[in-house]
Amino acid sequence: MTSQVDQSEAVDGSDGDEARAGSGDGRPGPAVPAGPPAPGGPAPGGTKPIRRLDRVIIRFAGDSGDGMQLTGDRFTSETASFGNDLSTLPNFPAEIRAPAGTLPGVSSFQLHFADHDILTPGDAPNVLVAMNPAALKANLPDLPRGAEIIVNTDEFTKRALAKVGYPADPLTDGSLDGFHLHKVPLTTLTLEALKDSGLARKDAERAKNMFALGLLSWMYHRPTHGTESFLRAKFAKKPQIAEANVLAFRAGWNFGETTETFAVSYEVPPAKLPAGRYRNISGNLALSYGLIAAGQRSGLPLYLGSYPITPASDILHELSRHKNFGVRTFQAEDEIAGIGAALGAAFGGALGVTTTSGPGVALKSETIGLAVSLELPLLVVDIQRGGPSTGLPTKTEQADLLQAMFGRNGEAPVPIVAPATPAECFDAALEAARIAVTYRTPVFLLSDGYLANGSEPWRIPEVDELPEIDPQFATGPNREDGAFWPYLRDPRTLARPWALPGTPGLEHRIGGIEKQDGTGNISYDPANHDFMVRTRQAKIDGITVKPVEVDDPTGDARVLVLGWGSTYGPITAAVRRVRADGGEVAQAHLRNLNPFPANLGAVLRSYEKVIVPEMNLGQLALLLRAKYLVDAESYNQVRGLPFKAAQLADVLWAAIGTLDEEDHR
Amino acid sequence: MSDHRFPSLRLVPKDEAPQSARDFKTDQEVRWCPGCGDYAILAAVQSFMPELGIKRENTVFVSGIGCSSRFPYYMNTYGVHSIHGRAPAIATGLATARQDLSVWVVTGDGDALSIGGNHLIHALRRNVNLKILLFNNRIYGLTKGQYSPTSELGKITKSTPMGSLDAPFNPLSLAIGAEATFVARTIDSDRQHLQSVLRAAAEHEGTALVEIYQNCNIFNDGAFEVLKDAGTREEALIRLEHGRAIRFGAEGANGVFRGADGELFTAPVTAANEAEVLVHDAHAAGPATAFALSRIADADTLHHTPIGVLRSVERPVYDELMASQLATAAAHRGPGDLAGLLAGNDTWTVD
Repeated sequence: MTSQVDQSEAVDGSDGDEARAGSGDGRPGPAVPAGPPAPGGPAPGGTKPIRRLDRVIIRFAGDSGDGMQLTGDRFTSETASFGNDLSTLPNFPAEIRAPAGTLPGVSSFQLHFADHDILTPGDAPNVLVAMNPAALKANLPDLPRGAEIIVNTDEFTKRALAKVGYPADPLTDGSLDGFHLHKVPLTTLTLEALKDSGLARKDAERAKNMFALGLLSWMYHRPTHGTESFLRAKFAKKPQIAEANVLAFRAGWNFGETTETFAVSYEVPPAKLPAGRYRNISGNLALSYGLIAAGQRSGLPLYLGSYPITPASDILHELSRHKNFGVRTFQAEDEIAGIGAALGAAFGGALGVTTTSGPGVALKSETIGLAVSLELPLLVVDIQRGGPSTGLPTKTEQADLLQAMFGRNGEAPVPIVAPATPAECFDAALEAARIAVTYRTPVFLLSDGYLANGSEPWRIPEVDELPEIDPQFATGPNREDGAFWPYLRDPRTLARPWALPGTPGLEHRIGGIEKQDGTGNISYDPANHDFMVRTRQAKIDGITVKPVEVDDPTGDARVLVLGWGSTYGPITAAVRRVRADGGEVAQAHLRNLNPFPANLGAVLRSYEKVIVPEMNLGQLALLLRAKYLVDAESYNQVRGLPFKAAQLADVLWAAIGTLDEEDHR
Repeated sequence: MSDHRFPSLRLVPKDEAPQSARDFKTDQEVRWCPGCGDYAILAAVQSFMPELGIKRENTVFVSGIGCSSRFPYYMNTYGVHSIHGRAPAIATGLATARQDLSVWVVTGDGDALSIGGNHLIHALRRNVNLKILLFNNRIYGLTKGQYSPTSELGKITKSTPMGSLDAPFNPLSLAIGAEATFVARTIDSDRQHLQSVLRAAAEHEGTALVEIYQNCNIFNDGAFEVLKDAGTREEALIRLEHGRAIRFGAEGANGVFRGADGELFTAPVTAANEAEVLVHDAHAAGPATAFALSRIADADTLHHTPIGVLRSVERPVYDELMASQLATAAAHRGPGDLAGLLAGNDTWTVD
């Protein structure tokens, strides 16, 4: 059999230079030292050949109730602690337990890991673990020929096959001849391993995902200690279940080691990342930590007002666990109350935050407008998902940009910050807090479902390298006559003073009605309203943000690809791929979408063609065209899934080709 | 702090200097219609506030939208005039973030019971330390005269030329049903009674709902006249006092009784039934009697309308529970260690 790297290169080569020929070039690899301590048998490689690979993409797929997300998470943790670079893509239905064995009920988790720096969860899996016929059928179209498929044969019953419309058994009808098929009776083997556990059949069967994890852990030399401790901790109150899971996990490992079904195992050496201390982190966790860090670095108590919504709820869960940081979390009666409470807390001097997704933003719009008018710091975190309306709750999209930009009555400008990778959600939270506190304004933090649930290694920052945020509360009168004017602005930032209740002499009333410049008293004066509208806009336009950086190694590129948010990974992978094949393309990525970096117009004008890939129908492109009068070209996809690198590389080649053709005319 | 005049305000800084109603007036011109009941309520609140004995700067008034919601502009404290219906939500955030503040919500029947109904009931069940003053004039004033959720069925208004089809809310029944721990009613024109209810509300720990019958002399003039007119009020009003027999009318000629079916009814008090007159127990654990009292008035004539504190019971206060969880977490796990949090338990080092 050929190596997996050959397979992946032949078909997807998802990440440009990531697809460079690795040492796993089809020859049997050098014998590597034994990997992790064997959980129940000899070390991997003890009896079988080992091949060295530079990267692997694995997808675990099964029923929503099969524990695929947990299996994927565990494999990710093993992989992270081993030191590979990695990127993950969980993909699951909105239904908690969709009907068993059906295509809509399939839940999957894809993991890409490598011995070098990678950017995406990979276009196409090298290995599919399919726990039932539905999982096979739903995922097979994504597999390149030659990929390995591990199926749980116990689930391939006539009834299960008929349920998903297989006329014949794909395991025997020759339709999988182009793949390396491993037929494993996972359920039977799990039950056999647990026959002395005392568990009922139904409970024992549930450990089959751990059997599969054990098998894959053997195949890829993953450390096993972490998973065993995890299982014992997770089921601390049910030791019998804990031991059964550990037993199934070990049985899967031993099965790989002893059976002839698996002739070789693979090694993917650790990646050479920049020096530092690392951990694996998902976007929502990084964002939660960024919020806590912003509270600590500003000295403001963090106050989250939120209403549960997919895919943002994890932030509420995470922050509610850190009350010893003085973090207050308030699960409100609705989205409106969530932001209302956060705004009320901000009036009292807290770092007010609300977390939600697109439908929640729609409900919060009026309060965001109030925050614009009150000019109080407030963070509005939108973990975007497929829309409109309820849309695709568990799938990713970038279609809330214009809602964040314009979705309010009146002229109500709000700064927008968008992280590009899961780990960057940490920095984005700090940046959003800096803008909110410095300029006394609500700020949108636009993440998405892909960043939220995806994970990657993160170099853990030192606390004292994090930016400090100075709230600069008003402490006394700001008028010579001893009066306090709540709308007397800092001429540099145009920010108004933030005077907290409890400060004597600064009693003041603010509201959503138009205010007189300076005094903040109610004013319906036409000229004053015109002035205030322009001033609020000028304050946002004047926010200092970093210039956009352009990556154009030769300086000769004629095509610029510009993205924002989570498309960073696939765009960068596509750019690497084009360059590896001799193409020239410049890349830039926006983290600040309102205001845009000051140099953006000049950057756009210095290229003959600007391509803007977005997971929407062209929202950033619309803004760029309107503001800079440049012919930015959209490339769009709204499939609820991230772009694939290969797909974007084709788009970039086409753009380069168009210019070349024009030259030859 | 124990010598606070109001132990419920023990976390709010005291003010030793004497205060007067004048201290609570702002330089803003009051812009309600001449003759509006809101003037009387404003004056009553301004002259009551010094009684609290707390720092003026630690007092905050939060309102929504509507005529009543202009109230904060006229109080020389901190204040937020927010958006329609959302004042309880905004005040909840403020009160739970800052236990050293005395937070008051001013709202109306449309603001609190229509667009903001959800926030009101949830504030009440949570028992956040808020004092909610609900000005009920049974009409929409600021939008110029549409029926409100407390308008009577069949009411002819600009939006209901053939009469309103909506059955009205009974705000106090609603509040009791929403697990409110303090429910009271008073009338704009009776300053002494109004202030006695404010006093009881301020003494209460947790959310207090005070319904204030307020006259809109432009769009619903005389809605509560029967409760105010010297010739009718004695018969129409039931003044509740905790621990006292519930009697009303000239020389207490009438009383409230409990029938064999458990329902409350009013009847003339005689020598034979005098011992059976219901004694008001605002602190009764169960809400049933308070609920029955909230509905004893005749919906059409407003005869035998109870005013005063219908219900005042103790229940843990949300903001105290929240603060105590923070303190417990800090005691068990120590103050937050950011570096430790960021690193987590599962790290590796690249040289």
